[in-house]
Amino acid sequence: MDRKIRVVVAKPGLDGHDRGAKVIARALRDAGMEVIYTGLRQTPEQIVNTALQEDADVIALSILSGAHNYLFPRVMELLKENGADDILVFGGGVIPEEDIPFLKSKGIAEIFGPGTPTSVTVDFIKEHVKLNLENK
Amino acid sequence: MIAGDVSATSVSFSASDAAYAKYATLAEQCKAGNVRAIARLITGLENEERAAYAALNRFVGNGAVAQVIGITGPPGAGKSTLVDKLVARFREGGRRVGVLAVDPSSPFSGGAILGDRLRMQRHATDPGVYIRSLASRGALGGVSRATGAAVQVLEAAGYDIIFVETVGVGQSEIDIVKIADCVVLVSVPGLGDEIQILKAGIMEIGDIFVVNKADRDGADRVVREIRGMLETQYELSKGEKLEAVPDTLAGRLVAAAGEMEHHADVHAFDDKIPPVVKTVAETGYGVAELADAIADFFAKASESGSVTDRRIARARVQIKDLVAEHILERIENGPGATALNEMAKRVVAHKTDYYSASMLLLHEILLQEGAGGNDEGVKT
Amino acid sequence: MSDKEELEKAFKAWEEKTDKALAKHPERKAKFMTGSNTPIQRVYTPLDTEDIDYLDDLGLPGEFPFTRGVQATMYRGKLWTMRQYAGFGTAEESNARYKYLLAQGQTGLSVAFDLPTQIGYDSDHPLAAGEVGKVGVAIDSLEDMETLFDAIPLDKVSTSMTINAPAAVLLAMYIAVAEKEGIPASALDGTIQNDILKEYVARGTYIFPPKPSMRLITDIFAYCAREVPNWNTISISGYHIREAGATAVQEVAFTLADGIAYVEAAIAAGLDVDDFAPRLSFFFNAHNDLFEEVAKFRAARRVWAHIMKDRFHAKNPKSQTLRFHTQTGGSTLTAQQPSNNVVRVAIQALAAVLGGTQSLHTNSMDEALALPSEDSVRLALRTQQILAYESGVAETVDPLAGSYYVESLTSSIEKDVLAYLDKIDAMGGAVRAIEQGYIQQEIQDSAYAWQMDMEKGQRIVVGLNKFQAKEEPPKGLLRVDPSVQERQVAKLGKLKARRDNAAVQACLERLKKAAEGTDNLMPLILDSVKSYATLGEICDVLRTVFGEYSPSVTF
Repeated sequence: MDRKIRVVVAKPGLDGHDRGAKVIARALRDAGMEVIYTGLRQTPEQIVNTALQEDADVIALSILSGAHNYLFPRVMELLKENGADDILVFGGGVIPEEDIPFLKSKGIAEIFGPGTPTSVTVDFIKEHVKLNLENK
Repeated sequence: MIAGDVSATSVSFSASDAAYAKYATLAEQCKAGNVRAIARLITGLENEERAAYAALNRFVGNGAVAQVIGITGPPGAGKSTLVDKLVARFREGGRRVGVLAVDPSSPFSGGAILGDRLRMQRHATDPGVYIRSLASRGALGGVSRATGAAVQVLEAAGYDIIFVETVGVGQSEIDIVKIADCVVLVSVPGLGDEIQILKAGIMEIGDIFVVNKADRDGADRVVREIRGMLETQYELSKGEKLEAVPDTLAGRLVAAAGEMEHHADVHAFDDKIPPVVKTVAETGYGVAELADAIADFFAKASESGSVTDRRIARARVQIKDLVAEHILERIENGPGATALNEMAKRVVAHKTDYYSASMLLLHEILLQEGAGGNDEGVKT
Repeated sequence: MSDKEELEKAFKAWEEKTDKALAKHPERKAKFMTGSNTPIQRVYTPLDTEDIDYLDDLGLPGEFPFTRGVQATMYRGKLWTMRQYAGFGTAEESNARYKYLLAQGQTGLSVAFDLPTQIGYDSDHPLAAGEVGKVGVAIDSLEDMETLFDAIPLDKVSTSMTINAPAAVLLAMYIAVAEKEGIPASALDGTIQNDILKEYVARGTYIFPPKPSMRLITDIFAYCAREVPNWNTISISGYHIREAGATAVQEVAFTLADGIAYVEAAIAAGLDVDDFAPRLSFFFNAHNDLFEEVAKFRAARRVWAHIMKDRFHAKNPKSQTLRFHTQTGGSTLTAQQPSNNVVRVAIQALAAVLGGTQSLHTNSMDEALALPSEDSVRLALRTQQILAYESGVAETVDPLAGSYYVESLTSSIEKDVLAYLDKIDAMGGAVRAIEQGYIQQEIQDSAYAWQMDMEKGQRIVVGLNKFQAKEEPPKGLLRVDPSVQERQVAKLGKLKARRDNAAVQACLERLKKAAEGTDNLMPLILDSVKSYATLGEICDVLRTVFGEYSPSVTF
């Protein structure tokens, strides 16, 4: 049986714009992945617990409200506390380039800004999950 | 291939040392309730890793017994919202609740969007609740084999009530019967549901019938029709000869009775008519009644022993399926395949016949001992 | 031979000739489509518009069916209101931005609230963490509202507030602020968005389920009809539906379907259609396909006019007019080469003006990166001013009327919109369609199709998938001071210590009782607001009574 890549797609915080998250969820499904879509208004605790229970390989965070500098690091913190910082975490939405170094320093693998083709995101996941498995 | 001592409680599988050890460790951690271990073991089962299945042996003698409730029905019936409310209710009662939510995989890409847990996310941070989404991964019956195995994992981890939610479309929800002690069939008014329910076999598998979104027009009519069909079915099962009243759904049931497949060895139709409960999952209306109906079911069933009977019946089916699979696998791979090939050549050369060939192969498979594979076994 | 036959003959000959030449001189694409995938012909002639009757289908400006505009003189009488959506951080900072914009020539205010405020949470709520002041101003109580409008004459400035689920509370605060200034509610001019149906479908800042939300909305209609007669009690929105991925046709169809639902709810609540309908307003998007957008606005006016007259039997012509605000499409702007966005916004603003909008917000060039800086919002405002004063498009009414293309497109959009409305009617209306996930599914399918077109190169976005350039990251982006949250929380603490908590509790109790019954909630919300009950406290009372919405999800 082929191993499936499992991705949690989550919208942390109060931002209600889910067009991007839903497009990504569909694109990942069409690329053969299993997407656990958790919907709006997720706290970092909910997101991390979901990823743990679902044995997620990846967490994709979508946010357009500007609260990413608080919410993303909080997710990384909780993952670390739970010994799960091997999960690949990346983000998308409205995130200024100048914030990216800070987010990466907290463990976010990549930020895919507006206009990123879904194929780039799919390839990124496939590349990194492969590497992760090899390192296990 | 190595055959084990059939009097042992387990057989070895061919799997690498490392894989085997890994899943054995995970299984031990599961028993301690480790969330990540549970998750990883379930993943291994989903990926059909032998070592993961082998590790299930670690739960033998655990003593954990969960009540397993299947929730099935068409898309849009409100199953996930109902499960969310039921989880809350049973949590209030101090139970530890597991949820397995199964959604279909895309036949095109093999991927899936698993969105059921979205409705239950308020429980995501409750350590007394474990929610796992599963994709059907091509299983035609709506539940993959991993689902049944995952139930065992959650059970061993201490979740004493487990909901398995599946999409029932046409015949495909039948497989839930192989996993659940109690099957709850959810319908909604206005979806032309009565027809769905009538399809062969579906009426028979329900232990509790729910009409959700009961605040909609037509809800009472659906309840009446379901009750009518259940009563008719009950009478049929008693061997009553009934007049098929034309143009009623009950009438059609009678007419179809002759063609219905009876899943007699899996699902015993107890000597009562299943309850029909009205709910409005969104507001919580009827959820208490439903929870009570579920509790009732288990109380009565354990008295009459029928839950145990069912579990035995289910286990028989599972074992049968697995035996068939093992055998098939042995003659499709490795030395068995070679043997099969030989047999086939001999049949064609008129050196033997099909029947003898099959018996010979079976004999060889069951009793063969020899080189190849690993020699790890788990003895208890 | 008649004129028509002559034309048909000539056209046929021309078409044959041109098609022959295609072998050597092919067109740029195999198919030409509008931004919403409606096919575009090579050329339009009178043959395409022969079924259009001028008086029946177009009419004169300010007359039924209002295709050409809702007033006789349109921009010759008064230019559209230049209303830039703004707000962030604390009430003080937003107040400063409003004063800046008014000084720069903006003619109306448009308030952006932060997400906790929009969802009825105070700044100290756990879910507010990281969100306070980020996408708009944080308003926790009347105290903040007073600061927000400090030294702004509410009897001279009209204010639009983008607030939906808790709209009643913010409206009450606005009225209370004006009262303190000695300005009666009857003198207030403005709008609250108050459109919950699109929240369920495209925007996500809902609180309560549909039924109680409709009750709040109709309470507002009834209250304002008596007390705040110049107030636009709702801004039925298509902007967000479009941003979520809908096509132009879907934008109009789903917006008008929502409008029908609101009118039906108000009538069911016992209101007379002509009492509240004149105060209904709309909010549309302006994307890049210039002619499609213009046709869209004209079609919307015509369809709504007929709905109000034929379906709801509105007698007052003001009930039949679709007045709207437009915002240029945020999702069309790119993070890459942000200066390009200035050009996009100019085209979109032009479309809105040629389409007869009553008020307009133009996005700033840095929109894909952050909230606008002072410089970039000024440039966005200048875009409108150049259109108004230099381009000549405001000097006559509905200049594109009569264009074979534009009239053809207006009619075809109308036809497609009516087909959608029929379908939604058959489902039982917008609320049912939303419950079933139909509208959401349509929108998502369009969004996905758009994305795939873009990735396959069938849809070009300049700077993004063609004509890319290496560039420096932009500088000078607006950053919201993260200490806003701390400051708000501190302020809240002080407020709660200062106020008469017994009075607050009494007000909230009375509100709870009324919410359980059928009384109009506005007066009780107004009392609560004046007692300095916080937004969160008021909404929590309503949450206990109404419950919270749980979305249906589709992919």
